[in-house]
Order: sequence, then structure tokens, then C-alpha cells
Amino acid sequence: MESWANVIMKKAFKHGSQNTIDQLKTIGRELSMGTQGNWLSSKEYLDLVKAIGEAKSKAEEESIVMAEIEHLKKRIMEPDVPRKKMKEYIIRLVYVEMLGHDASFGYIYAVKMTHDDNLLCKRSGYLATTLFLNEDHDLIILIVNTIQKDLKSDNYLVVCAALTAVCKLINEETIPAVLPQVVDLLGHPKEQVRKKAVMALHRFQQRSPSSMSHLLTKFRQILCDKDPSVMSAALCALFDLVSADVKGFKNLTASFVSILKQVAEHRLPRAYDYHRTPAPFIQIKLLKILALLGAGDKHASENMYSVLMDVIKRNEPGKGDPGSNITNAILYECICTITAIMANSKLLGLAAEITSRFLKSDSHNYKYMGIDALGRVIEINPDFAEEHQLSVIDCLEDQDDTLKRKTLDLLYKMTKSSNVEVIVDRMISYMRTLSDAHNKTEIATRIIELTERFAPSNQWFIQTMNQVFELAGDLVPVKVAHDLMRLLSKGAGEDDEEADSLLRSSAVESYLQLLAEPKLPSILLQVACWVLGEYGTVDGTHSADDIIGKLCDVAEAHPGDNVVKGYAITAITKICAFEIGAGREVELIPECRSFVDDLLASHSTDLQQRAYELQVFFGLGADLVRKVLPVNGSGEEIEFDRELPFLQEFVDSALANGARPYLDENERLGVDSGMSSFVSSSRSHHEPSHGLRFEAYETPTAAIPSGSAAAPSSLLPDFEESVTELTRSVRNQTDSSQVDLLGPEVARLRLDGVQRKWGRTSGSSQPSLAPTPASEQQRRDSGVSEGASSNKESSPAEPRHEIYSSSFEGKKVEREIPAEKQRLAASLFGGSSVQKGSSGGVKGGVKASKAAGNVRPGEKGVPPRPAAGSGKKKNWSAAEPKQASSSLMDLVDMSGDDSLPVHDAKASYDPFKELEGLLGVPSTAASSTSVGLGKSTMDFMSLYDSAPVVSQSASSLAGDSDVLSLSHRRSGGMDGANGVEGGLIDLNILPSLSPLAGLGELAQSSSSLSPSTGVSDKKGPSRQHSLQKDAASRQVGVTPTGANPALFQDLFG
Amino acid sequence: MTIRFVLLVNKQGQTRLAQYYEYLTIEERRALEGEIVRKCLARPDNQCSFVEHRNYKVIYRRYASLFFLVGVDGEENELAILEFIHCVVETMDRYFGNVCELDIMFHLEKAHFMLEEMVMNGCVVETNKQNILHPIQLMDKTT
Repeated sequence: MESWANVIMKKAFKHGSQNTIDQLKTIGRELSMGTQGNWLSSKEYLDLVKAIGEAKSKAEEESIVMAEIEHLKKRIMEPDVPRKKMKEYIIRLVYVEMLGHDASFGYIYAVKMTHDDNLLCKRSGYLATTLFLNEDHDLIILIVNTIQKDLKSDNYLVVCAALTAVCKLINEETIPAVLPQVVDLLGHPKEQVRKKAVMALHRFQQRSPSSMSHLLTKFRQILCDKDPSVMSAALCALFDLVSADVKGFKNLTASFVSILKQVAEHRLPRAYDYHRTPAPFIQIKLLKILALLGAGDKHASENMYSVLMDVIKRNEPGKGDPGSNITNAILYECICTITAIMANSKLLGLAAEITSRFLKSDSHNYKYMGIDALGRVIEINPDFAEEHQLSVIDCLEDQDDTLKRKTLDLLYKMTKSSNVEVIVDRMISYMRTLSDAHNKTEIATRIIELTERFAPSNQWFIQTMNQVFELAGDLVPVKVAHDLMRLLSKGAGEDDEEADSLLRSSAVESYLQLLAEPKLPSILLQVACWVLGEYGTVDGTHSADDIIGKLCDVAEAHPGDNVVKGYAITAITKICAFEIGAGREVELIPECRSFVDDLLASHSTDLQQRAYELQVFFGLGADLVRKVLPVNGSGEEIEFDRELPFLQEFVDSALANGARPYLDENERLGVDSGMSSFVSSSRSHHEPSHGLRFEAYETPTAAIPSGSAAAPSSLLPDFEESVTELTRSVRNQTDSSQVDLLGPEVARLRLDGVQRKWGRTSGSSQPSLAPTPASEQQRRDSGVSEGASSNKESSPAEPRHEIYSSSFEGKKVEREIPAEKQRLAASLFGGSSVQKGSSGGVKGGVKASKAAGNVRPGEKGVPPRPAAGSGKKKNWSAAEPKQASSSLMDLVDMSGDDSLPVHDAKASYDPFKELEGLLGVPSTAASSTSVGLGKSTMDFMSLYDSAPVVSQSASSLAGDSDVLSLSHRRSGGMDGANGVEGGLIDLNILPSLSPLAGLGELAQSSSSLSPSTGVSDKKGPSRQHSLQKDAASRQVGVTPTGANPALFQDLFG
Repeated sequence: MTIRFVLLVNKQGQTRLAQYYEYLTIEERRALEGEIVRKCLARPDNQCSFVEHRNYKVIYRRYASLFFLVGVDGEENELAILEFIHCVVETMDRYFGNVCELDIMFHLEKAHFMLEEMVMNGCVVETNKQNILHPIQLMDKTT
């Protein structure tokens, strides 16, 4: 019957229109329905499926399903439904749930069906049950019995069906009911049963490790099962076990290595192959386990070297061949393993090579894997990122959101103080494009973390935080806002009052500007109010009335937000207090008057109290007010006298009247056991307790001391007598407006740690606040590298600059269009040179502002990375000599002459030609990244020629044919990239072509021209250094845009 | 490193098969499917086959009118999952012969059985097509 249908279909394919094909196909399918299931499904079922399949809209589908539910409700309850029919109903229930509707009325019938003798019915019953029920459903208990029975069945298919259900339905409580049987089944003659039994145990292990602890050796035994599929199931369980306890499984390392070796050597039956790759999923699982075992263990790692080499060798595609997805999946896993274990330089070299290949691929999938792999590789060798900066920038600017996010993840990992501004800037602009809260929260958290860790200046920190508040609003934890306020109040942590007040003034300005915006999140308004209240009038630029007016506007614009109102009224209080304290007459503006009146009658007692406090101030003298709310007093530490000596008199009199003396908690615990149970039980009241309490409650007599606890109410008059005390409490109140919200856990938040972090960098960063916001802005806009050229410190480079501009005046237009990408690359990766340049820029700014210029040299100028990198680099230099030779790091020293053989040979050329050579190179580099620009690179055209650049990606996604074509097509992309890739590799081989290498020479030749003095010290901020910095920044600016390579060729060709 | 769900969705966004390896309520499933399908179907062919959604990473692949989506967590090898999807399709293809959306709809339980053989506890346990199909074919014969 089926073959007949197929014949019709095939004919229809050849001759018929699309419409008839569809019709015939449907007929064919319907006719063939019975042949596979041996049961002809009813017309009803076919109609339902067809109707669902043909539904054109969600609404239509919905109405079909609703009708079906009604129908099923009636029919399924009829007595004596034949089993065939029942099975069909159950599948229809599955449809109902799958399409998003509740089918709970039929659950019981699914459970019932698991009793059926017919295997197909039984398995369908189990299937429906696992789809419908979660492991805590009430009906589970009904099914345990059936499972127990089925596990004993003679028919191994029944046992398999039961074991499959065990994996999804057995919860912690029912494990003991089936565990012994499942363990017995590990010895079952059928491998399918053994495999499923292993997976059932794996599931138990996940649910309840404690009930499995005596069975761990079982998993080791199963690893030696003669059937590969059982062994591979054991790997799933062992992966979990090893990740939980690495040490306990170290002795299995050799076994895993030998299994991997055998799998890779193609020792398994061909049926395990996937696209001619031997059991790739088993290989990947083994690689994951090896990564766990080798992490931080030199000895274990060494055992893996040869097998890893072998796996890579077997999967590495030939030159120019992109390889298949599955081989690349294995290779990617190898990178993960290599970077996780203590690998040798050879393996690390291979990992780097594969990563390069991924990154240079045209396929977005491979790029994605490459970015991920790069993140892993640079954790071991940070310098590796430089080589791929352009690829990374490409990914960052790609339309593909996934790729962009992945790249931001990578950047997040490689953030350091030198590139934090650019990276955070990128993250913020990405955040602007987001709409869903989950992503926003995630990226906001990251921005905050990076900003707190690496902020180059407090001002930048504040601006960034404001942006985060503005964009992410209430998704930001309140703590962040409090940290920001604390930073402002405490200043940079060093005694530089001038800088602090500058910072505060600029904060006031920025918030005044921000408040002009119509819609701001509550948290930002809170910070703004606090800042205006605390520092709004301090520097004298704004009058009290102005600020108060602003604050009233804020409160008025947010009538529903009591927190903001609270902040606003307290801020107004502070400003009034400052005015009164300064001896000026304060007359509230009418606007404010009505605001305060509103609050006096507010439903919120908190707001009421704040309003009353404000009123109190108007009746107090200037001296007193100055004491209560001193200007800039929020930073001061408030000391508490926990002994409360002023109460001593009261305590004494109470004791004299027969009160029980106070015992603190520890003493109470030690002295009175009855009391201790009281304490512990009362404590268990506060915490969510699960267990029952077995101790009896304390007898009520214990409550007598509470009589004395109530006594403090009579104390209050004492308090009120002393105005100072009252106002002190007001002071606390205002302060608590920032602190109280934090709740009790504020004590363990690492505010001090944050401070310390800022404190560390503040030595050099704090003075850089001095530049006006405009120059700050400029610095950021033009990229960090620009800072180097505007840097007065690099004056020796000035002549170079002139030569440069005079000889190239005609081409200046070209230079005016700097390659945005390269700039970004420079500021992100900082190539060592640019990084130096940028840090020089910062330092320059520092020195400019601190006229004395006695900044510790090198504190910022020598970034931590080279130091860290050089230690690790030893590993790498052997594997990648080429890379090392083109690395800028060597150039900066200028000592390693032999690392620049090509340049030394050309050293006698005049600088003009040097520049030409230098400029020529980036053009090839730039164009090679974008395939379409092959023309400009004359010398390298031959490389492109040899490769057939045919886009296969278009063809890989077949049209709308209903039949899935399975011609083992690859997911496209990579094939087209072959030629280009080859070209790129060749490019990299030529050290003289490295754009960075050229710089050194430029710098060298120019240094002979520069008339300035300076003993050239290799380490410090020497003349040579600044030349290189300058050169680097030039180079960044000069590189032609990829968009106009032909013009570039004409000019420089 | 586990698979959280396997979804088959047609290009109109209608669910054709759904298997979850962790419990979600019907409402949660509905919402999740809606969001993910909207995200994946909107992506052009040349973009990468991975999408991050909430705490899932979704790997998807399109076959004619059907999208296969697999949701995984954290440290999963995306390329391997991409090939796993293909392996699922090849397996179905071997069983049904030129599998199409209607085959899966008419034989929903069979498609589920195959998945049950291939994925257990969220782990890929079997990719050997003989091993996957053998019990199902035996069952067909006996009933």
C-alpha cells in the first residue's frame, strides 16, 4: 500500500503542480498510516491531526483544540472503550497538552493504560504519563506498583519501557521502592536494559545522592561493559560524579584515556559512526570528563597529552577544508579540555590554531565557537587576543545578536583598567537596544561589576552609574545606589578635599541636567535628590531656592513614589538647615510650602515625620542647626556608645526596686537551660523552620522581665528634655534615609572593599578629575589612543608629528576617516603599544593637572598585563615563534633586534618609504577580513584566486519542499571561506607584514630625527616609548577604511 | 550539561512535538515556546544557530517547514547539539522514509519513542540508529 502511495507521489513530484502534490501526499500518508503501526488509525484521529496541521492561525488551532477537549471529556469516560480507541484518545490528550491546554481530566486514563498487556499501549501509556505528570503528582503513587511489576517482566521491551518511565517519574521518596530491582537489572543479558538501568541509577543519583552512595562502584564496573552503548550511558553518570568529587575518580583517568583512544581509533562498530566520525558524542563526553580530571593536576594532564594530540590530528581537516560540524564540535571540545587541564605548549598551540580557524570562518556558528574558545585560550595566554582583535570587533558589530552577546561576554572576561571605558561604553549601548528585563539585569550587573572594579576615575564611575540607572532603572539593586552615594560622601578615600568637592559639584551639575528629562527611574531620582540635598548649594553656584524648586518639581512629578518623596523632603530639610546654619533667613517658596503641607497630612508616617522635622528646624538657632546638620556631614562616622551610660541612673533605681539584672544572650544560654530552649525556639520562629518543635513552650512567668522592657517608654521624657539628643536622632534619621533601606545585611556588604578598590587606583586616577567634562568627553570620544598624541608628556614625538603631517598633507582627507574598527581594536585590546599609549595618555592627563608632576612613574604606565603575560608566555613562545616576533611587546623593548630581522635589513631606508610600507600593510589586513574587497590586495590576489569562493550557504537551506532533504549537507558557510582562510594564514606567516612590526621601525627612524634630549631608558617613560606611542596612535588613525580600498590603493600604490 | 527540552515547531510557530526534561507548568511552557519560537524564527539564515534566552541556550535547525529546537544549559557544546538534531532527523528519516511534518504528527508517539531512546535525563545516550530503532521496530512487529 505504501509503495503504491509513494509511486503516486513520485509521479506527482515530476509532473504535478504543488497543490496536487500536497493532496496526493496527504492521501499517501493516510494510506500508509496503518502499515507502520499495524493499526489503522480512525478517521476521527486523522481528521483531527489534519485540522490541526492545516490551521492557519493560532485562534483557529485554539478552537479546534477546545472542541476536541469537549469531545474527549465525553468519550473517554464511556465504559468499555476498546484499547485501540483508548490509546488514540490518550495521544489526542497529548496533543491537547502540547498545544497549551489543560488535559488533567484524562491523566488517570493514561495511568490506567500503563497496566495494559499490549506493549504499544503500555508504552504509549508510560509516554503520556511522563509527559503529563511531574514527579510530585498525586497519581505517581498509582504508577509505582505497575513499574515494579513491569521491571520483573520477561519481555525486555516492557522492562525498557518501565525503566524509561522510572527516569522521569520516580521521586526521592519512591526510589527505595524500585532501587533494588534496578540494580539487579544492571546484570540483565540485554544491553538495552543494562543501558536504561544505568540511566535510571544516574537519575537516582541526581535526585538523592545519599541513597546511592553505596552504589558508586557499580558505575565503575559498568564502564567496562562490553557494549559501547552501556559504557556511554555510564559516562553520563560518571560525568556528574566526577564533577562532584574529582579526587575520588582520579584513578580512573587512565581508563578514560584508553577508552577515548580506542574510540578515536575507530575500534567501535561502524553503526556508532556519525558521518564517518567514530562515536563523536562519546568522544565529547570523554573529553569533558578528562577536562575535570586534569584541571590543576599536572600528572593526570600529562597522561592525556598523547590522546588529545591524536584526537585533534584525526579531526583536523586538511588545509583549506573547513571540516564538518561534527569534527569541529570535537575539536572545540578539545580546546575546552586543553584550556582546562595543565596542557603543554604544543597542545596550547594547537588550541590556538583551531581557535584562529574558527574565528576566521565565514560561518557564524564557527565564529561563535571561536569567540567562546578565544575566551578560554586567553585565560592562559592573554596576548593571543591581539592577533584576533579585528575578528572580535567584527563579531561585536555584527547584526547577529547572539554573536554580539557572546563577544560582550568575551570582552567582559578580558576587561582591565586600560580598556574598561570602551568596553563599558559598548555594553551600555548594547543595553540600550534591549527590551527584556532578564537580559538587562544581567548586563547591568556586569557593567556595575566592571565599573566598580576598574573605574579609572570617580567622575566616570558616577556618569556610568547614572547611565545604568537610567537604562536599567529599577532592575538595579538599591545597594548600588547607596554605594554611589557613599562614594560621593566619602570622596576618593584620600585627603584631597579639592578633588572631592569638584567631584561633588560636577555630580550636582549632572543631576540637575538629568532631572530635566521627563521620565526617570525611581532609583536615579533618589540618588539625584540625595546629591542635591547634600551638595546642591555647597559650592555656591546654585541658590537654595533653585535647588528646593527642583526638588519640589521632582516630588510633584512622582506623586505615587513615596521613597522619592522621602528623599526629596529630606533633601529640602538639609538645604534649609544649611541656610539656617549659615545664618541666612529662610523663606520657603510657596511651591515648597504646599509640598510640605501635603506631607504633614500624608498617610505615610515616614513622610509625615520628615515633614515635621523640617518644621522643627525653623524654630532652632543657627548654632544648633549647624551642629545637627553640618554641611558635608554625611561622610563622617557616627559613633555609638553601646554602654548607654546616661541610663545608668535609671537602671540602678530599677534594680533597687527589685528588677532582675540584665544578662546578655550568652550568659542566659549558659546559666539557664530552660531559657536557652526558649531562645532557640523563639529563634526558630524567625527563620523558616521545617521540623516540628518538640520542646514545650516556656511558662508564661518567664515574661516578667518584659515588664522592665516596657519601662523605656517612661524614659522618653528624659530624651525629649535634651534637645541635642532629639536633634541627634534627626541627624540619624536623615542618615538612615540612605542606610536603613539596605536592611540588616548591609553590614556584610563589601562597601569597604569597593572603597578600597577605588582607593588603589585613586593614586593616579583621582587627579585626572581635574580636566573639564569637555576634555573628558573628548578623550572618550576619540578613543584612548588619541590621548597619547594630545599628551604634553610626549613632546619628543612632536617633531615626528610635523614631518608626518607635512609630507602627507595631500592625503590628509584619507586620514580624516580613521578606521573606526581599528581604533576600537586598539582601545580594546590595547595591542601592547596602544595600551602603553593609552596609559601614557592617562598619565599625561594626570601630570597636566598635577603641575608638580610627581606621579609615581610606571604605576599606571606599566599595566599589569605584560607582567602577567610574560610569565605565562614562556609556555607559548616555543609553540608560536611567529606570533612572538610580531608581537609589539618585543618591539617596545627594542632590545631584541633579532626578533625583527626584516626591519633591520631595511633600516637604512628613508622614513617616507617606511611609512609607505607601513601604510600598505594595514590595507591588506583590513581587506582580507572582508571577503569582498579582494581587489585592493594585488599581491595577495593569487591566494584568493586558487580558492573557489562559492557561497554554498544559500543552497544549504532547501526551499519549501515538505520532504526533508537529507543529503548530509553542512550548515554552509565554511566551505566558501576556504580560500580566504588560506590567504590569511599565509599573511600571518610573513612577519614583515605585521602592521605592528612596522611601527617599531617608524619609531626608530624617527627617533634619530627628533632633536629632543632624554637619556633613553628602556623601562621608564622614555623618548623612544613616547615615539612609539605616538606612532601607534598615528597608525591607528591612518589605516584606511575598508570601505574605500581602491582610493587607498591609488594614493599609496 | 544537560538538555532541558526538545521542541519541534513549524514555520507558523505551531508546536509539533514538545519534550521537557524538567517540569514546567502548561502556562510556563506556553510562554517559553512562544518567546523562543518568536526569537528563532525571526533570525535570518546566515546568523548563527544559537540563541540565548533567559537561562537557556537554544540551538535550532531548520528542515524545510520544520524547526528543531533544543534548549540546553550552561556548558554544552553547541555544535555537537546542532549535529545531534541532525542525527534525530536522520533517525526519523530512516524510520519513516523521507520524514515530513505530517509523519511526525500522525505518529507523534513514535517520534517520542525515538527521542526517549536518544535522550535520557537530559543526556544524549544513544546515537546509534540501529540501537534506537530496533526496539521500536520490534514493537511494531509484535503489535
